[in-house]
Amino acid sequence: MDFITVTQSLFEGFAVTCLLFVFTLLFSLPLGFLISFCTMSKIKPIKAVFKVLVWIIRGVPLMLQLFIVYYLPGMLSPTGINPFGKIDNYLYFNYGIDNGGALIATLIAFVINYAAYFSEIFRGGIEAIPKGQYEAGQVLGLTKSQVFSKIVLMQVVKHIIPPISNEVITLVKDTALARVIGVIEIIKVADMFASKAIIWPLFYAGAFYLLFVGLLTVLFNYIEKKLSYYKV
Amino acid sequence: MAFLEVNNLYKSFGNAQILKGVSFQMDKGEVFSIIGSSGNGKTTLLRCLNFLETIDRGSITVNGNVILDAENGITTPHLTNRLTFGMVFQNFNLFPQYTALKNVTLAMDLNAKNRLKEQNLTSRQRKSLLKEVCQTNEETAKNLLKRVGLEEKMQHYPCQLSGGQQQRVAIARALALAPDILCFDEPTSALDPELTGEVLKVIKDLRDEGRTMLIVTHEMEFAKHVSDKIIFMADGVIEEMGAPEQVFDSPRSEKTRSFLMKAKE
Repeated sequence: MDFITVTQSLFEGFAVTCLLFVFTLLFSLPLGFLISFCTMSKIKPIKAVFKVLVWIIRGVPLMLQLFIVYYLPGMLSPTGINPFGKIDNYLYFNYGIDNGGALIATLIAFVINYAAYFSEIFRGGIEAIPKGQYEAGQVLGLTKSQVFSKIVLMQVVKHIIPPISNEVITLVKDTALARVIGVIEIIKVADMFASKAIIWPLFYAGAFYLLFVGLLTVLFNYIEKKLSYYKV
Repeated sequence: MAFLEVNNLYKSFGNAQILKGVSFQMDKGEVFSIIGSSGNGKTTLLRCLNFLETIDRGSITVNGNVILDAENGITTPHLTNRLTFGMVFQNFNLFPQYTALKNVTLAMDLNAKNRLKEQNLTSRQRKSLLKEVCQTNEETAKNLLKRVGLEEKMQHYPCQLSGGQQQRVAIARALALAPDILCFDEPTSALDPELTGEVLKVIKDLRDEGRTMLIVTHEMEFAKHVSDKIIFMADGVIEEMGAPEQVFDSPRSEKTRSFLMKAKE
């Protein structure tokens, strides 16, 4: 098997990895923001429900959550047909997309899982802002939303950049779990070579991750530097 | 009628009764210092005046306007009365992500924006008006920062300023909204001793300009020199109130006497 063919195949897998990465972030960040407000809610039942949800989501292996999202709807439906299988077929016959259903199931599981982690990071960031900042805004006549958007938010962002960058980097590698429900991401591609006794593409796939994480590290360092003009 | 009338304020936190009927009056241009041991309600009183705490009972009237009147259900101030009082905090509470100048202009600009929102204007009119107002605000802010001696530091961030400088920015920020009564909550307690002087000087200048001010402080000498009246608080009530010479030199209450003895040590 020549280098170029392997590279080409790995890039195809890597595209799926990137797709998972981008869409997971796109949805889990705002969802995590919402959940963080629910876990800080003054309404006790809402707070309790979301605290338990976050506990469950953070307490169960992500791989298991993939299985649950993928299989449970089918098991619960009266017909017993897996809806993601249907989506699979639909996308395949109409658009020629392979494993589309599994991809969507993966996205759902990842978005929920990462939103739970992000929500805790947001909560920590918001709770780290001293009460005095809110009070200063209040005595200066600002509305609650102005206090949040003009005073608190930027300080929260500065607080949470390091833990967020940690999660984001973890997500890059967690995408490899998607293969357990049939998503053909880069590790799965490399593994298909390995099953033909060609092992080196597996190591080669590692280089893709390294490069990607390297770029993210540079990006986050840049953001941190940008925000270093003030101290919280 | 007095400019500020505080009537029978009560405030408790859970079972702890902090204010147990505080009443006093002050005239426009007067400076009152509030002294007393920690935990006797000095800060809580200021926080009630600044609506950071909701009063349980009592009323506050400024210039004939009823600002708060718990018995008649007014426990939060009307929008137009929200800026009657200004507050300078012990820990400055500057906004770290903004320059000294922006710290002063931010609330001015946002308040202007809020006011313009209530008027019936097209969004273009509103934008151009707001731009004008913001320019005036910037001039005002620059003048205020000059007045507190920070001409050179306008573009500095709080983390680049000393404690004394930060507190002076905070004073300029409070002045920017032109409050009727400016409150100081232990404005020098978080400062190194060598930095208290510059802040106290600013407060003294403000007194000379005729500002109405309420100052919670542990600086007895300063309180004596700058105040028209001293309020000594103990156990959630005003134990003694009078001219500085009277309170400091011949206190009537035994509690005042023992507090002043301890403060001297």
